[in-house]
Amino acid sequence: MAVTDASAHGAYVSGDGRYDVERHWRDLNATRRLYTIGGLVALAIALVASLWFANETNAGKFLDRLPHFFDFVGDLIPRDGWEVWRALFDLPSPYDTGSLQYNYPVGRVYITESLYVPEYFYKMLETLNIAVFATLIGFTFGFIFSFVAAKNLTASRWLRFVVRRFMEILRAFPEIVIAGFFLAIFSLGPIPAMIAVAIHTIGALGKMFFEVVENADMKPDEGLRAVGGNWFERVWFGIVPQVMPNFISYFLLRLEINVRASTILGAVGAGGIGEALRLSISRGHEAKTLAIILLLFVTIICVDQLSAWLRKKLVGKQAFEFGR
Amino acid sequence: MTTLTADQIDDIERRHPAAFRQPFLKRFAYPIAIVVLALYTVYAWWFFSIGAVISNGNWNIAGAYLADWVSYEVRPDVEYKTGDIEITYPRFSPLGENPDPSWITTERGLVTVSVEGIDTSDSKPASTGGAGVGGSFMSPSSDATNTGGSGLMNSFMSPSSDASNMGGGADADEETTVVTETREGIAEATVEISSTSKVHITADEIQLTRGGETLALTIDRKNETVSPVGDLPSWAVQKGEGEKVIAYFGFAGRAEVRWYEVKVNRRFLGWENFFFDTRSPYWGKSFSEVMTLAFSGERIDPDRSNLAVMWDNIVNNAEWQHGDVWIKLLQTIVMAFVGTLFAVMIAFPLSFMAARNITPNRFVNQILKRFFDFLRSVDMLIWALFFTRAFGPGPLAGISAIFFTDTGTFGKLYSEALENIDDKQREGVRSVGASPAAVQRYGVVPQVLPVFISQALYFWESNTRSATIIGAVGAGGIGLKLWEAMRTNADWENVAYMVILILIVVFVFDNISNALRSRLVEPIARD
Repeated sequence: MAVTDASAHGAYVSGDGRYDVERHWRDLNATRRLYTIGGLVALAIALVASLWFANETNAGKFLDRLPHFFDFVGDLIPRDGWEVWRALFDLPSPYDTGSLQYNYPVGRVYITESLYVPEYFYKMLETLNIAVFATLIGFTFGFIFSFVAAKNLTASRWLRFVVRRFMEILRAFPEIVIAGFFLAIFSLGPIPAMIAVAIHTIGALGKMFFEVVENADMKPDEGLRAVGGNWFERVWFGIVPQVMPNFISYFLLRLEINVRASTILGAVGAGGIGEALRLSISRGHEAKTLAIILLLFVTIICVDQLSAWLRKKLVGKQAFEFGR
Repeated sequence: MTTLTADQIDDIERRHPAAFRQPFLKRFAYPIAIVVLALYTVYAWWFFSIGAVISNGNWNIAGAYLADWVSYEVRPDVEYKTGDIEITYPRFSPLGENPDPSWITTERGLVTVSVEGIDTSDSKPASTGGAGVGGSFMSPSSDATNTGGSGLMNSFMSPSSDASNMGGGADADEETTVVTETREGIAEATVEISSTSKVHITADEIQLTRGGETLALTIDRKNETVSPVGDLPSWAVQKGEGEKVIAYFGFAGRAEVRWYEVKVNRRFLGWENFFFDTRSPYWGKSFSEVMTLAFSGERIDPDRSNLAVMWDNIVNNAEWQHGDVWIKLLQTIVMAFVGTLFAVMIAFPLSFMAARNITPNRFVNQILKRFFDFLRSVDMLIWALFFTRAFGPGPLAGISAIFFTDTGTFGKLYSEALENIDDKQREGVRSVGASPAAVQRYGVVPQVLPVFISQALYFWESNTRSATIIGAVGAGGIGLKLWEAMRTNADWENVAYMVILILIVVFVFDNISNALRSRLVEPIARD
């Protein structure tokens, strides 16, 4: 805190007109410490109250259930190690007695007579496709809206306001409600999840995009304006080339998030790998669960790494890590 | 743009050779991207069979569901199977137990009631002067007249039909011929659907009016048919001859005419019984009446004050379940808050160990970093599903899920931030002989704290949103309630209510987080 006008702090001016810097500094420090301690105490109180509340309203009490905290590890031990691979690649299991637990080959998706895609790979592909397609839709509309919402390209304050509020609504609306609504219209299937993710993505990407556009260098635009370019030409030749790397970088970041989002939406009824996982966990099929988790884990790591690598290539060091 | 001559173009090309000789990929990047996109769209269209799904979608229902967000329906059934008109409501009608809305008017008169077989020729749809009681039904719904009115309704609604039934049965035992009886009952009923639309009902003829158009339907109870007089207007539908006719009155509602009853759906804008359900003594009262009763009325329940009763009635409103919704919402908030806070508290020390420059031990660094990656990549959903099994459904599962995922995320972000710090400050602190802890405290923490706090706040915000979603798999919070309300397809107004609450919470927490960020992290507030 820079004090430029010493006379404003009369208390620290001694009788002979000298300003007591040290005392002032000590006082400021004391105030700061007070605020810090106050803040921490408030945080601690809020934390304790929250924990108490969470424990009270939970089905099982924390202390009673704590010994079961890592029960899920026990739930995950398959009959033998190869079961996981059999579940993953839909190979017949020696334990198959017709029950749901070991009927791996049932889920095969045949492409030709003998060539098949294992069930979980197919479901993973479905989830990935939901994410990619939804992100592309979001990218397309976010791309269009961003130029209309940017201050430096759209003069009409009214139009900007409308577009920005519209994107805000799309972003803030809980994805699960959109998914639930379209689930009621289309019945079960991946499309409700896709629409929900896409709608959210339009809002989220649109906001990031227009911030990028507003920070763009306006000199190319000026040049195009000088030779008489119309609005579209100015945007397409003047702005788009500069913002495209950032746009794609945000697109990839969003893709990472959307892969996770579509998995979660799948678990609540929109199909894909999420649903398979939920069913498998609730039925206690340890080999299937492990196979799905393995697949999800590898896929998410692959998507993250690929996107991080691409982003680094596109925008170099300033790869945004937390644009969630 | 200005047009250039060929010479000028050549000239420019000569001056800037680099700009015109780009590699193929770079030159055609946009067309290639667009073609790839188009191909992918076609593929996705095929993969999800989007076309089929969209055309099979139940679009009519979509409109009704959307309307349900902000309105409610009252569904009286006007029955005339026996010749006597009888108005009934479904059991949990938003109008309470004995509804007598002012938009339904009835007129009493002589009716011909028959039980077995029907003689339609001689019923008397009397607007005769003989029975003039009808007026009393339009009574304003003040309390006293209300009870009076409903009492009257009762007296001729159920008993009359019972009586005629019994009489019919007794007669039928002796001689199986048609039994008719002329007596006093409701001869006509008019249901006003909007200011320009109404349904006028007598036992033999229904008149539907919308705008200037009127459609008359003749009811033949003997052959059990409904037949329109003249052509059907565009707003009415009949699937086959003699079958039921459905008339649409736009947003205001619709009417289904069958040979024995008219089912009216009348839609009202707003949320019904938002504060008090129909069992509450406060139900149907105006604000000032409620206040008077709450503060100065006679005690409803001798054990409690009226104010306590009022609060109890609001919180336990059967239709809106305010108390439950609020608790679930608070759970969501708590999940995000505690989960994020714990994650920060654990990730903070761990990130110091994971950062290459702070802990110069490759093995520990790598182990911790892979551990963070593991926590992050096992999705929040998977953690949520597991912990729901461990703790049972409730916020503890949600807290743990957020905690596990975000420990990974924060660990990664924090250790990266630590690896990018300016080393000079540490060296400075170290050079004066400070202990290792003091070096971290005064040489490192001041540099990274703003970044740490800003990211923690950012994720707090984002977790408030994601806590809603993981709640739906059973990890506590409002997610499950929201999901259940949606799956029943009947409670869209409750969905709207919860969505509004969620939006308010998200908005408030966004602002708190932004305010805190700009207070605590002044220069780096813009990220």
